[in-house]
Amino acid sequence: MAEPVITVEGLGKRYLLAHQARHDTLRDTLAHGVRGLLRRERQNREEFWALRDVGFSVNQGDVVGIIGRNGAGKSTLLKILSRVTEPTTGRVRLRGRVASLLEVGTGFHPELSGRENIFLNGAILGMSRAEIRAKFDEIVAFAEVERFLDTPVKHYSSGMYVRLAFAVAAHLEPEILIVDEVLAVGDAAFQEKCLGRMNAISRTGRTILFVSHNIDALGSICQSGILLESGRIAACGGIQDVISGYHRPLSELSAQFPATGKPCITSVSIDAARLAAGDLVVRLAYESPVPLRPPVAGFILSTAEGRPLFGSNMRTHPPATPAAESRTGTCTWEVPSLALHSGNYSLTAWLGDKAEDFDHKPEAVSFPFVSRRHYPGRPPLHVIGPVDLPCRWTVSGH
Amino acid sequence: MNPPTDSAAPDPVELVLEAGRADVHYWRDLWRYRELLGFLAWRDIKVRYKQTVLGAAWALLQPAITLVVFTFVFGRLARMPSGDVPYPLLVMAGLLPWQLFANALSSASGSLVSNTHLISKVYFPRLVVPLSALAVALIDFLIVGLLYLALCAWWNYWPDWRVLLLPLFTLLGLLAAFGAGLWLTALTVRFRDFRFVVPFLLQVGVFLSPVGFSTNNVPSWRYLFSFNPMVAVIDGFRWCLLHGSQSFYVPGLLIGIGVTVFLLLSGLWYFRHTERSFADVI
Repeated sequence: MAEPVITVEGLGKRYLLAHQARHDTLRDTLAHGVRGLLRRERQNREEFWALRDVGFSVNQGDVVGIIGRNGAGKSTLLKILSRVTEPTTGRVRLRGRVASLLEVGTGFHPELSGRENIFLNGAILGMSRAEIRAKFDEIVAFAEVERFLDTPVKHYSSGMYVRLAFAVAAHLEPEILIVDEVLAVGDAAFQEKCLGRMNAISRTGRTILFVSHNIDALGSICQSGILLESGRIAACGGIQDVISGYHRPLSELSAQFPATGKPCITSVSIDAARLAAGDLVVRLAYESPVPLRPPVAGFILSTAEGRPLFGSNMRTHPPATPAAESRTGTCTWEVPSLALHSGNYSLTAWLGDKAEDFDHKPEAVSFPFVSRRHYPGRPPLHVIGPVDLPCRWTVSGH
Repeated sequence: MNPPTDSAAPDPVELVLEAGRADVHYWRDLWRYRELLGFLAWRDIKVRYKQTVLGAAWALLQPAITLVVFTFVFGRLARMPSGDVPYPLLVMAGLLPWQLFANALSSASGSLVSNTHLISKVYFPRLVVPLSALAVALIDFLIVGLLYLALCAWWNYWPDWRVLLLPLFTLLGLLAAFGAGLWLTALTVRFRDFRFVVPFLLQVGVFLSPVGFSTNNVPSWRYLFSFNPMVAVIDGFRWCLLHGSQSFYVPGLLIGIGVTVFLLLSGLWYFRHTERSFADVI
């Protein structure tokens, strides 16, 4: 068997989180340093390992999907592989030219025309001028923007912009292609086209590493997968096995999130005892460097497959005592006698204030719900759906 | 599919990414990314005068007005001597390298932060970014050079053979700006304070460099004065463009070259030293 093109051993990436405000000006750093000298106080910093002891290898021509929840370390892994940032521990061996696509349209300049941006973006992604010229017509045809080639892209519709940006990237031909979440853009028809293009690229023997939340897309393109959970590899192998592993840890009743220095959600937890009694009670803790005037929290209840069922926030359902201005605190959401059938569900948490969105944790927690109501002879859930509203029948027959 | 091109050919070299590992291929990579350098410079030039009425005339307007003001203040009000050279030509010969230095320094030192979106998303040798800023400053320099030629025609005072040495002094000025720019741009990534340092530095620098007057007027301070690397560059420009009529101070030139080399080497060292963490800090 051929040697692997990507070998990753013991890879780790540590970030230092400053719990006080970050020192972005020299004065702050100096002031803090002087204070530290005088009082001998340790800097209030916390280590955060975005990746820890990650190891795997990828053979030539493999198409590998990387999945995991938000904050599991997917993007950090791709950033290290594409050399944007350096690992703290461990090593990576890459054999072949790497091109990475961490964002669609990196370096696009709004004032430049479509034609000019194709060249600029191509150069940024590592193509030579000759390569871009050779593929220019193909790129334009793929993006379907022929008529607007000489219009500044600031006048493009967002769809056109994204199509053009993806088209340039799709015509990169490195030995190793690293792609982050680009299929989340564009309309359904264009997404289909992008998937087709990725398939075509993989058939030419190139290696692709691919991050997406779109499980269907991953399942159809990739042969193997890596599941990351809080910076570690939780599963690694055939894509179908990994995907089913992703859905398996269905009972994460609480989740902690590192503080970001901005207003953020720090934890979400479900009361297990109340859940067993049939009520959904969730607590959301938040932290903010500035007082929130007032904080607004929200939740969306979804099925394990990600289909939203019900949502509420503190504006749709204002609390009995209005929220005060605060920097930290807890919001509790209660849904008495949860009107759902037995099954697996998840909650997305949200934090904002009157005007702004601050934080958003998709599928922050997930839980199995065992309904206390029993319905002998109930049709399966994929037929009737998960909602179990109280209802009554009357019948008049002869 | 497509005909294979040179750069798409399999790269036999294995790349190892590890903490603190010196990049063996850094300079080769820099060479390979030279096209990106060109594209970034081209983007900056192309975009700069978009949505302006005067367009590229701005590149001439600023030095032209500075020329008038300096000629008036130093030549008329202060009555500084200029030998047999028309005062505006003396000023312009100093303004030419100063503009090059000021433009190169200010765009190089802001270059990393203004390209944050690239630095946090794509790999390329980060030196490409400040280098492309130099290229932009060089284009401006050529435009201002036309203004100088126009003045030459007006006074009918053309440079002689000494002008052949002008590229060397241009290079010296560019390298001085690059050295200082490397320090400032890398520091700005971490400390945004340095954004405020640069305009101040340039504002003071134009008076601490012999832009509006001739170095002949500061004989007793000349030695100390020479530690400003732009003194050697401006003196060199005047020597090249004004028939050597302005005396040339050789120890000053040597000090200027020394300071420039020091700035450049230390700047490169600091830049390379901090480069790997740019994406995490920026």
